[in-house]
Amino acid sequence: MKIPSSTRRNFTAGLLGSASFWMYGGHKVWADALQSESLQSYEPKYFNREEWLFLNAACARIFPADAHGPDAALLGAPEFIDRQMDTPYGHGELWYMSGPFKEGAPNLGYQLSLPPRDLYRQAIAAANTYVRDHHQGQTFAQLTIPEQIALLKLFEQGTMTLGAVPAHTFFEQLRQNTLEGVFSDPLYGGNKALAGWTLLGFPGARADFMDWVNQKGAPYPFGPVSISGETA
Amino acid sequence: MCAKKVDAIVIGAGWAGSILAKELTEAGLSVVMLERGDERATAVEGDYPSSIDELRGAIRHRLFQNLSQSTVTIRNTLDQEALPYRRLAAFLPGEGVGGAGLHWSGVHFRVAPDDLALRTNVVARYGKNFIPEGMNLQDYGVTYEELEPFFDKAEKVFGTSGEPYTIKGKIAGNGNRFAPDRSDAFPLPAMGEVYSASLFRSAAANVGYHPYALPAANASAQYTNPYGVQMGPCNFCGYCSGYDCYMYSKASPNVNILPALRQDPKFTLITKAHVLKVNLDADNKKATGVSYLDLRTKKQVELDADLVIISAFQFHNVHLMLLSGIGQPYNPQQNTGTVGRNFVYQTITTSRAWLSPKQYTNLFVGAGGAGVAIDDFNSMNFDHGPLGFVGGSPVWVNQAGVKPIAAAVGGPGGKAPTWGEGYKEAMVDTYRHSLTIDAHGSNMAYRDVYLDLDPTYSNAYGQPLLRMTFNWKDNDIRMNQYVVGKIEPIIKAMGATKYSLGMLKDGEVFDTRRYQTTHLGGGAIMGTDPKTSCVNRYLQSWDVSNVFVIGASAFPQGMGYNPTGMVAALAYWAAYHIRTTYLKNPGPMVQA
Ligand SMILES: Cc1cc2nc3c(=O)[nH]c(=O)nc-3n(C[C@H](O)[C@H](O)[C@H](O)COP(=O)(O)OP(=O)(O)OC[C@H]3O[C@@H](n4cnc5c(N)ncnc54)[C@H](O)[C@@H]3O)c2cc1C
Ligand code: SF4
Repeated sequence: MKIPSSTRRNFTAGLLGSASFWMYGGHKVWADALQSESLQSYEPKYFNREEWLFLNAACARIFPADAHGPDAALLGAPEFIDRQMDTPYGHGELWYMSGPFKEGAPNLGYQLSLPPRDLYRQAIAAANTYVRDHHQGQTFAQLTIPEQIALLKLFEQGTMTLGAVPAHTFFEQLRQNTLEGVFSDPLYGGNKALAGWTLLGFPGARADFMDWVNQKGAPYPFGPVSISGETA
Repeated sequence: MCAKKVDAIVIGAGWAGSILAKELTEAGLSVVMLERGDERATAVEGDYPSSIDELRGAIRHRLFQNLSQSTVTIRNTLDQEALPYRRLAAFLPGEGVGGAGLHWSGVHFRVAPDDLALRTNVVARYGKNFIPEGMNLQDYGVTYEELEPFFDKAEKVFGTSGEPYTIKGKIAGNGNRFAPDRSDAFPLPAMGEVYSASLFRSAAANVGYHPYALPAANASAQYTNPYGVQMGPCNFCGYCSGYDCYMYSKASPNVNILPALRQDPKFTLITKAHVLKVNLDADNKKATGVSYLDLRTKKQVELDADLVIISAFQFHNVHLMLLSGIGQPYNPQQNTGTVGRNFVYQTITTSRAWLSPKQYTNLFVGAGGAGVAIDDFNSMNFDHGPLGFVGGSPVWVNQAGVKPIAAAVGGPGGKAPTWGEGYKEAMVDTYRHSLTIDAHGSNMAYRDVYLDLDPTYSNAYGQPLLRMTFNWKDNDIRMNQYVVGKIEPIIKAMGATKYSLGMLKDGEVFDTRRYQTTHLGGGAIMGTDPKTSCVNRYLQSWDVSNVFVIGASAFPQGMGYNPTGMVAALAYWAAYHIRTTYLKNPGPMVQA
């Protein structure tokens, strides 16, 4: 399935003619990213169509296209999240998942019985139900960008629940996984063209700074390398 | 089932266990070390470049305890219901050969001598009434002079890099002037200083503090330790904390001890062996061995031994004691019993300074143990009289290598957004041009902060989970706030363009969702009185004399320094007395 065209338009509009992105990126990252987008034909393995559209839109709002570069959807965060759903992490095999499950003070941490894959499934369905009820039958992905942002803010700060999931718990899951997708090694499906690392100036798997312990505040001169040897 | 017998069983293949196993095999004993996790070889799963993977490493916790099998429950107060710590966050216990010693950072301290007799020192200086109601302030029952040879030994085994202040009473370097006297130099010179650390050094000196290079168990040069194993020079790759070091530069049991130990025919390491309990004789006076679950065959195995070393990490030590019935469990209402008493942690808060857009801090460059610190507000190095609290914090820049996922999820800091519009702009500025300063402080022990068995939740083997009752207290919050206040002038002297001070808030509750440190302590504390300690000054159980309990579980209160240097010294100290005294005449080494 392709990235929804609305996202693509937003990205292109946000970037073309933006001088400061050239300065930050320092090279042709955006062009590569665009190219990888046109090559992109990732079919989600876990998420259904409606969930996939939700995820693409939400990732792009959390990590938007701007003068600093493309959004998280274009960088492959939805693909990353989809692939994570079928790992031990996605199945909740890294968490203590024995009952009884009780709600507690927030500072005592996650207490739901849902592993990430079930959390997404429940919360996205409930979020779209909420949107349909409040926006004449539309889904989250069909809303305007300002409406999507307003809704994510509501999830982040509000006290509502989405199915069994407190909305802020879902939002934080989404925010964290989106950023993981943008900034992890491209091995996992995100960080396309190493654009996440390039944005921050992180050199990836170089992991040898013998000559750069202290250069008195000069910027590190080399671009990132991935585990597979991809460079940007 | 037919039980096999060995001279000594060591539970856990981390720092404490590896040190004890090495010492006991040197003494001629047959030793079986039982480790619940997997074998871990840097050459296999710590290799370059596949280990340079933040998602698999520090984010999905490749080397940490898998909580799906066992965890703890946590509550803040006695009247609360404790809930399971379901996802790793606040602290990150290890699992597998090397324990947390494989994925630690490497800050390698000795101890502030005043901390060893903190109760005596506070009373002598400020009087008994200075100690707040409900605080269980205690002495360790051992002096710095007694421990010094073992600190020295541990540094030589770890290949520690550092700069001394005095050696045998003479000034020998520009090291920490609050540090106690040393019998010898560090085995390696101090690590290089990253830009942010050098800025901190000059700014701290400018405002009148006494900066020093953090002692680091990261090798500043090639090194061969007394066991004949080699370390390579650290290249500041930034993958200490949460990872195994592909350069063989960070000290770990795997690199610094086990290669020598594995050669010894008297030593056997059994992995995937989860110890369920220490078995006791009919009148609970002697351990007969242990029962463990062979996680490969799913069968329970009994192994007999004359001597049992519990060295499974601080809170696992306490858990095993409670499950085995060694000693009397602590009861906070009645104030009776000792097992689980004086459970402590560490206060830590992080402040951030932003520099000009021309100054790049290259946060990804770093080594886990390297940095520059001040001790002016640690331990009893300053006058607490007018301040009215006990304890203190070292303050430092310890740029250990900041990776992008952790940075991005943590957010740009200050008042900047954590997602959406404006997030990327702020994140780029923070990642490229800021630095962080920690106040890494003590945490005192309190009557209503303790460890016991949870009444509701159990592990995958049907045993009750350990329950932590823990909260921050006014004394420690005020200590943190005071010390953080002393960071402000340093940041100003650095010429920061803006800054944010991180400190504990009045009444702040312990939050299990945010990483703080894995410097948990107490619960099986050492001391001179069996009514208020679990183990004697040789870390021998008061109740079951052929059981020794080694680890930060022995600390009566949480100190400002990182614990592992002290854990290693106590391990060598206990081992020395087992070898020279206990083995000749097994039985209590101190009469209760
Ligand atoms: C990210 C991180 C960074 C750190 N950085 C520093 C630092 O810079 N400086 C510092 O001083 N300290 C640091 N520490 C703390 C340091 O790792 C510990 O203090 C140290 O490893 C403790 O040694 P130990 O032998 O007591 O326990 P561990 O090294 O944890 O070893 C205990 C072993 O026992 C095993 N075990 C537990 N229960 C059982 C059982 N029932 N049966 C069989 N085996 C069992 C565990 O699997 C583990 O392998 C850090 C910790 C972490 C997590
Ligand atoms: S920073 Fe140094 S000690 Fe740490 S993992 Fe890298 S090379 Fe090893």
